[in-house]
Amino acid sequence: MIGQVIFIIILLGAAYLFGKNVARVRRNILLGRDTNRSDRPADRWAIMAKVALGQTKMVKRPVAAVMHFFIYVGFVIINLEVLEIMIDGIFGSHRVFSKPLGSLYGLLIGGFEILALLVLVSCVVFLARRNILKLKRFSGTEMTAWPKSDANYILAIEILLMSAFLTMNAADYKLQLLHFGHYVTAGSFPVSNLIAPLLPSGAGALVAIERGCWWFHIIGILAFLNYLPYSKHFHILLAFPNVYYSNLKPKGEFSNMASVTNEVKAMLDPSFVPETTEITRFGVKDVTDLTWKNLMEAYTCTECGRCTSVCPANITGKLLSPRKIMMDTRDRLTEVGNNIDKHGKDYTDDKTLLDNYITREELWACTTCNACVEACPVNINPLEIITEMRRYLVMEESQAPASLNNMFGNMENNGAPWKYSQADRLNWAEKA
Amino acid sequence: MEQIPTMAEMAAEGKEPEILFWVGCAGSFDERAQKITRDICKILQHVGISYAVLGTEESCTGDPAKRAGNEFLFQMQAMTNIEVLNGYNIKKIVTGCPHCFNTIRNEYPGLGGTYEVIHHTQLIQSLIDEGKLKAEGGESFKGRKITFHDPCYLGRANNVYEAPRAALEILDTELVEMKRCKSNGLCCGAGGAQMFKEPEKGNKEINDERMLDVIETGASVIASGCPFCMTMLTDGVKHMEKEQDIKVLDIAEITVRANGL
Repeated sequence: MIGQVIFIIILLGAAYLFGKNVARVRRNILLGRDTNRSDRPADRWAIMAKVALGQTKMVKRPVAAVMHFFIYVGFVIINLEVLEIMIDGIFGSHRVFSKPLGSLYGLLIGGFEILALLVLVSCVVFLARRNILKLKRFSGTEMTAWPKSDANYILAIEILLMSAFLTMNAADYKLQLLHFGHYVTAGSFPVSNLIAPLLPSGAGALVAIERGCWWFHIIGILAFLNYLPYSKHFHILLAFPNVYYSNLKPKGEFSNMASVTNEVKAMLDPSFVPETTEITRFGVKDVTDLTWKNLMEAYTCTECGRCTSVCPANITGKLLSPRKIMMDTRDRLTEVGNNIDKHGKDYTDDKTLLDNYITREELWACTTCNACVEACPVNINPLEIITEMRRYLVMEESQAPASLNNMFGNMENNGAPWKYSQADRLNWAEKA
Repeated sequence: MEQIPTMAEMAAEGKEPEILFWVGCAGSFDERAQKITRDICKILQHVGISYAVLGTEESCTGDPAKRAGNEFLFQMQAMTNIEVLNGYNIKKIVTGCPHCFNTIRNEYPGLGGTYEVIHHTQLIQSLIDEGKLKAEGGESFKGRKITFHDPCYLGRANNVYEAPRAALEILDTELVEMKRCKSNGLCCGAGGAQMFKEPEKGNKEINDERMLDVIETGASVIASGCPFCMTMLTDGVKHMEKEQDIKVLDIAEITVRANGL
């Protein structure tokens, strides 16, 4: 009874904390400007099913794709077991699903065990790739102490949770064989029966191990849930809405700024009366100039570095790293959010995403080739942030590199990026 | 080569061409690209499509301004061009440049300019499909190793991967793909207005990096469909001192050679 009360208190506490953290992330995301991503719902569900649920963009790197798939399927399916654990915890039952499911229960538990083993092995391999093989993709200027530890914590926690799950089953299995107490014969244990011989044979010790692992497993899951909003691992939840709200237009299409359209129309036609639009900054200087979708993407990024590994600028040693663009955006947004929590809604510090986080040199290194956008398994678009920040530099600060200013001048004067007269535009025909 | 018809002349005669050939700035002024422009005209004339160019009425689409962040300049260019295009009642446009193609196709409709826009490799593909264009009567490319460099604004930006390859397949060549091709293609380094500025500090040029992919295929011809890629790839071949072994050719040039036009 006392166990049930403690369990319910922990469960409610964890749910409350998680709700609070999610609300804070949501508030931060909604600090962004509005953008319409609710059109074409059928196409959006389809792309979510394909890219998020079906993970079709992961397969470009088959080794990582297969192991990631094990962890993903393991996570989703083992959650059925967590449901049972929750019910058992609240009502003080033991393996509550075993009776109604009958022989199917054995199949399920056996399946969970195999998945748990696959998750465990995948996590070990992933840890080795990061810390022993030291894959280049997991290094870079933005991969400082915290992002590296974050990745290792996630993998270590998953290994611990899966180990606890399997050890719990092993102890349970042995108790079942002893026909001890309420440990009814239920389930099949293809993996944990292999570790069962390592456990003590006394019923008292086995119960202690079974209960200990049960509590460790469920408290571990609830703690992990609350770690998510602070971690790159939040992608397991945000990947779905993030892909749903994907850009459905061709990748080459950059937005036409409505505020500029009004001004240009007024210049070309003095009688034009623009619709009154909110006067905002041209382009992006700080995170609040970005759209909520850009900000959602920053929280969705799991720092896998596929974007950076295909970026032509990064490959050739330039400062630009699309992953850093996303991580900087998230870090700055977290900072802005913390400021609001501490000092109220109207507080502004003297920092901005531009210069304090992302340098101009990074922005000017981009070739707008869309390789980063194509590479992202969850359809994040670092390129949009880069071009929006260029818009700020050019239109608010007139701070383009001198050679680009020359190009602009040529275009204004002769209608070409080079210094050739428009009157000579057909000269090629005479050389025929 | 026949006289190049302009829209102004056609309009004066009360005629409307089937298709407008949007030449682009590189195609108009860059010497290498001018040759490709003339080759596109040769193809149009060879198959007897009624076409015209804007000539001195054409102006930059505004692409490099937009990618560099100068939305004002882009929209000024766009609206001026749209006024000209709509004034001539243009319905269909073929471009000689993926950047022009992308900009007019995707970014002009929102500003009042809606046209059917194709890239010249798509035109060549459709002419092959219709049986109007073959690969006969000219230089034989049979058995030669050719690799295609996907321009970012044709490939990833607009998902056009097959049209340029179809134009090569008809030649009975050995089409070899680079390890980074199609949606994984590596940029030549010119996009995003990089063409008009010095690269930021790094340890390598992007086109030199791309050359490694090319050399690995053992191809003797790099085919492309973009005047900016053409410049970058040609420079890359020079840096690697491979001018004797590797030629860079546009799909239009290859088509013209194969047909002896």
